[in-house]
Amino acid sequence: MQVTIADLKIGQKGTITDFNIDEVPLKLLEMGCLPGNSIELIQIAPLGCPLYFNVNDSHVAIRLEMAKEINVLIEINI
Amino acid sequence: MAQELIKVALIGNPNTGKTSVFNHLTGLHQQVGNYPGITVEKKIGVCKLSEKVKATIIDLPGTYSLNASSIDENVVIELLLNKKDENFPDVVVVVTEVENLKRNLLLFTQIKDLELPTLLVINMSDRMQLKGIELDIPLLEKELKTSIALISSRKNIGIEKLKDLILNYKHLSTEPCLNASVIDLEYFDKLRRTFPNQLLYKLWLVITQDVNFLNLDRKELQSSFTKSHADLRRLQQKETIKRYQFINDTLKIGQKIDSSKATDIRAKLDRILTHRVLGYLIFFCVLFGIFQSIFEWSKIPMDFIDSSFANLSSYAKSHLPSGEFTNLISEGIIPGIGGILIFIPQIVFLFLFISVLEESGYMSRVVFLMDKIMRRFGLSGKSVVPLISGTACAIPAIMGARNIENWKERLITILVTPFITCSARLPVYAIIIALIIPNEKLYGFISLQGLTLMILYLLGFAMAILSAYILNKILKIKSKSYFVVEMPSYKIPMFKNVSINVIEKTKSFVFGAGKIILAISIILWFLGSHGPGKDFKNAQQIVIEKASNELNPANIDNQVSEYKLEHSYIGIIGKSIEPVIKPLGYDWKIGIAVVSSFAAREVFVGTLATIYSVGSHSNEEATIKEQMKNEVREDGKPVFNFATGISLLLFYAFAMQCASTLAVVKKETNSWKWPLIQLVFMSGFAYLVALMAFQFLK
Repeated sequence: MQVTIADLKIGQKGTITDFNIDEVPLKLLEMGCLPGNSIELIQIAPLGCPLYFNVNDSHVAIRLEMAKEINVLIEINI
Repeated sequence: MAQELIKVALIGNPNTGKTSVFNHLTGLHQQVGNYPGITVEKKIGVCKLSEKVKATIIDLPGTYSLNASSIDENVVIELLLNKKDENFPDVVVVVTEVENLKRNLLLFTQIKDLELPTLLVINMSDRMQLKGIELDIPLLEKELKTSIALISSRKNIGIEKLKDLILNYKHLSTEPCLNASVIDLEYFDKLRRTFPNQLLYKLWLVITQDVNFLNLDRKELQSSFTKSHADLRRLQQKETIKRYQFINDTLKIGQKIDSSKATDIRAKLDRILTHRVLGYLIFFCVLFGIFQSIFEWSKIPMDFIDSSFANLSSYAKSHLPSGEFTNLISEGIIPGIGGILIFIPQIVFLFLFISVLEESGYMSRVVFLMDKIMRRFGLSGKSVVPLISGTACAIPAIMGARNIENWKERLITILVTPFITCSARLPVYAIIIALIIPNEKLYGFISLQGLTLMILYLLGFAMAILSAYILNKILKIKSKSYFVVEMPSYKIPMFKNVSINVIEKTKSFVFGAGKIILAISIILWFLGSHGPGKDFKNAQQIVIEKASNELNPANIDNQVSEYKLEHSYIGIIGKSIEPVIKPLGYDWKIGIAVVSSFAAREVFVGTLATIYSVGSHSNEEATIKEQMKNEVREDGKPVFNFATGISLLLFYAFAMQCASTLAVVKKETNSWKWPLIQLVFMSGFAYLVALMAFQFLK
């Protein structure tokens, strides 16, 4: 199964591989959410949504549905 | 000697401190207006650059890129594409900040593609050490083909350098810093050949955006260069990636970040402020604190304003030569102005708190915390901002709903925001509560009056949430749940920004609402002191004849005034609507006040003040409150008893009484359907609730 950024644990980092372009708004891409960029899950809101990420040094919160559209390669902790 | 004038446009991402740069450059020499036809705020200021040269600076709405997704952002593109616009800039100043330089530069590279003289401001230089950031400015200037002003608007560093660079804008390069057309060479080549005289990037913007651009026919352009929506989006993605490649390469050599030096306060604060229990607790305390302080702190200045105007009115009456004109001043204008100015303390506090919450970055955390809960009611986490600022005024609140990406959530937010208790309801609440709720303390510390007020606020909020829930079930609109919120770093609010914001907002409130209130009080005064027919003219005679049978000649003057008022134009209008409002427990005077406050709620107090001071004969000074207390019904009981008071409070809590809000809703939803629905449903509901309350309590 594909791993998405919604699967990250708090504090875990990964690299964005690709995403469904029809479901992810341009604004998010412009924030730096692009293939090849690193992403870290910072915080999950109390009821499980939204999720708060640091992507390419931008701090943004998005909803769970959108996060599930963004695939990620999880970094193996060194 | 003629002065040279340079036109400057300030552009930047939200949260880069663009507005504080604007405030530094222009001070209080600002003019806030609207762009023609739309309700986007337009801020223009003047800055003196040298003895001979001045600059007019336009503060454009914050935007993440030139790919607009809201009308606020459209304003930016339309100005930059239209050379004939009177505000078309000689030089564009792009404001960025050290911590988010990478993302901020995206917009910069887009603007460079428009081949305008462009200047780069890197703000918040005071945080560089804290974050372990070093910048090689000469190298960045060379790579980005621009001049850079490294400034700190907080510490007031580098502003003079910035002014200097603006002054010498003619030396700025207009060359783009990268060639984005490589993403699809064939396509862009064809475009270039077809429109050899046009700038390629402009054409691209017109193709991808919904903007108008000079004499170029959009349809022609789009039909001959048509691509499927998905293809265009793919190209836009490629373009964005291309730009980031360039930015990353540039920053790799021009920026050093030593993250071991970075002290991350943000992470620590986030852990507390977005904590699953603490987060909500803190949010609740913040809200509670705000409301508590607004009512406690503004009481003294409000009482002071109220009594000063009562004094002024009686002073005018006794010191000016008596006549029509004096009456207009003392009975129409002075109480009318008093009715406006009495709000100032509360409005100042409200705007103060709201701008502190926004400036500090806390508001985004509230959005984050509340999103899931709000979605259950068909709202977005971003609805929290309109709902909170709706406690000041629904108009900016409804405009603030613009950044909600999902149309259904945005529409519901717009529709329910007027239920939130706005500052215009406050004086109505305050005065009626003071009349019907005893000034006592429960358990020695909870003020009963304060508690009632708090209940009214909660009632408004509950109604907003409940109607959102119902609307969410009824409205069949499908839209994607896009939701992107930037979480800015925490900052201590800057005194200058907050105070300018508070002053501007208060000013526009006083003058905006003031005009309406003043006009209405003059009209009311006229209608109240003039009347048709014999009854009005011969009032004195009629009353004396009647009174001769009774034994209270002392009150004769008051009775004459009363009789006159009843037979004036306003009395006639009031009596004719009395059957409709009587079941709610109102007499015709209150009825007039309720009707006139459909223009704006705050008119209520002013209207009653005008009606009562026209109707009273005595020269004694009396505050509005005292006059209302002294009003009696035919049976001698006070007009403002508990049942009538509660009925009025409930009516004002729910009714849609604000012409300006309706106008804004029309503009924001682009149809009369929604404001009309609001008017009918809210006011109808208010009538029913007030009716039930009065019938039950009387």
